[in-house]
Amino acid sequence: MNGARQKLLDFVIAQADDAMVLGQRLSEWCSNAPYLEEDLALTNVALDYVGRAKMFYEYASKLEAGKRSADDIAFLRDGRDFRNLLIMELPIGDFAFSMARQFLVDVFNLEYMALLQQSSDAEVAAIAGKAVKESRYHLRRSHEWVLRLGDGTEESHARMQKGLDELWGYIDELFVNTDAEVALIKEGVAIDRALLRDSWSNQVEAVLQEATLSKPGVEWTVTGGRQGIHTEHFGHMLAEMQFLQRAYPGLEW
Amino acid sequence: MTNIPVVSAEFHERFAHREASGNKAIWALLDQVKDPEIPVISIWDLGVLQDVNAEQGKISVVITPTYSGCPAMREIEQDIHSVLEQAAYPNVEVISRLAPAWTTDWMSPEGRERLKEYGIAPPQRVAGRKLQCPQCGSSDTTLISEFGSTSCKALYKCNDCLEPFDYFKCI
Repeated sequence: MNGARQKLLDFVIAQADDAMVLGQRLSEWCSNAPYLEEDLALTNVALDYVGRAKMFYEYASKLEAGKRSADDIAFLRDGRDFRNLLIMELPIGDFAFSMARQFLVDVFNLEYMALLQQSSDAEVAAIAGKAVKESRYHLRRSHEWVLRLGDGTEESHARMQKGLDELWGYIDELFVNTDAEVALIKEGVAIDRALLRDSWSNQVEAVLQEATLSKPGVEWTVTGGRQGIHTEHFGHMLAEMQFLQRAYPGLEW
Repeated sequence: MTNIPVVSAEFHERFAHREASGNKAIWALLDQVKDPEIPVISIWDLGVLQDVNAEQGKISVVITPTYSGCPAMREIEQDIHSVLEQAAYPNVEVISRLAPAWTTDWMSPEGRERLKEYGIAPPQRVAGRKLQCPQCGSSDTTLISEFGSTSCKALYKCNDCLEPFDYFKCI
């Protein structure tokens, strides 16, 4: 595989991993959400992300000329080979933590996918075109929850604030371009993440203010997901996610 | 209030394409393929079926998936194969086309009508207008949840007849 194609493949797999890992985490809410409608909502959002991951993995498989199938890439790689952002893999925590994560990620995704629709790579642009529509209503909902919990009871406010505080150190990574991305930005394939920071901060801060929440102070920040250096939680998540394909290779529904 | 039938520009374009196609019999056969979750509307009505091509005995059917994670898409693909096989077209290829992304504007007016009869409020573009309850027709309705029984639906309730109902989201 030549260098340019390898960079595109790395980029596509990172996109797929982001969606897959967040989708897997969200699916953990199945039958555990606070009430039935929320259970349906969380699992529907999970399904959107798994679907998004599938489209990116299928494209990755095509770029590799079918060397590995989409399922192989998702279910037969080890943790170190996953390139998702760390924020996606954190355990679901309580409901406030999960909604805080969705909100922070949704604000980013909506803008990112809207720009990625203009990618010079037709397949990447097409997937982004689908994703942007879904991100729009994902954000509508997570935004509602940040307001409701933040400006709710003492308990809900405290939990939402705690969720944001715990997540804040993982935000920087959203805006870091990998080497592959830097090269692909020049070709018009990828989007410069760093450019989205101001707009993201403005939108998030406005909502936090409305929800009577405080913007967390920056005490620490961590990156590494794109290099395959993950949190201690990740292996446990993969063990569950990959169990079936590892134990029964090639198993289908 | 009288209902003025409105055909979206997007649907009109699809319809014109179908009319101009030389494979009328195959389009008609594919009207038998229904959405497995909403069996009253066909994949044509839903806006999933885009194109039919026949070349040297090989039929290719182009579809656009609705939601990224919709599990019905795989079943739809299998149903296309089995309907065409039964009609003695063994050589069939189903092509999934992502762009332009699926939109509820592609839905047929008949499909919208059938959704309503089935108890699902059809998608509507007009912002600010209250949804009508498909059971009693009242416009006094409230959103319960952005998500219903499938990705494509939201859950509402009618404040008059007090029945909950699904709304087919507009995307």
